[in-house]
Amino acid sequence: MELLERFAAGDVDAFESLFRQHQGEVYRWLMRIVRNTAVAEDLTVETFWRMHRAHARFDPARGNCGAWLRRIATNAAIDHLRHARREVPLPDDLPATAQQPPGEQIGLRREILRAINKLSPRIRAVVLLALVEEEPYQRIAEALGISESAVKLRVFRGVRILRKTLSEAGVCP
Amino acid sequence: MKEPEIDDLKKLLKDSLPPTHGGELGRDLWPAMLQRLDQRTLRVPWWDWALLATLAAALCIFPGIIPALLYHL
Repeated sequence: MELLERFAAGDVDAFESLFRQHQGEVYRWLMRIVRNTAVAEDLTVETFWRMHRAHARFDPARGNCGAWLRRIATNAAIDHLRHARREVPLPDDLPATAQQPPGEQIGLRREILRAINKLSPRIRAVVLLALVEEEPYQRIAEALGISESAVKLRVFRGVRILRKTLSEAGVCP
Repeated sequence: MKEPEIDDLKKLLKDSLPPTHGGELGRDLWPAMLQRLDQRTLRVPWWDWALLATLAAALCIFPGIIPALLYHL
């Protein structure tokens, strides 16, 4: 019996194999949305927990476990953003890069983070994936379970809201 | 909305928020997964506690039902 079939039948060893195969990929996808290592790790476990719970509904014939996991992970990340929205601003614990903004641009960075934090979780996820991480629209659409045109619409809406918020803050993109 | 407007904003965002490209997972998360599975297995649903509390209250208020209950068990 193949790994996916054994997983669908509730085999814990098969689940462990799938976990070890896909944990890095799921973590990287989540990092693109939540931009925080600790949160991405927690959400990786949450994603596999949801996968484990839904094992009976998984159809091994479809075969694409990675796409299924990306979809679960995206939903988990959006749920997290929804709950954390009023409490915590968009975290960004990434190490400094060669293009790290100089001192006078820290205010600009803060305004941009604030503007992104004002977006609804669904639009924020799309904006970060499409504009910052430059993920293909098709991949984002699959992960969200929507059409590519719906992704484009969310990007447009996100850009419009960001431009308005940044203009009000005196930042002109 | 025009494409250049999106490109301008994209540049601004990328200058301020460098792409993560996902980064690398620093540790194996399987032990955390096992812990999560164990916690969920041991968790008793709240309605079970509610049922138990209702039964205990009923036994305290109406001790006469204890023999009937034992008979049916």
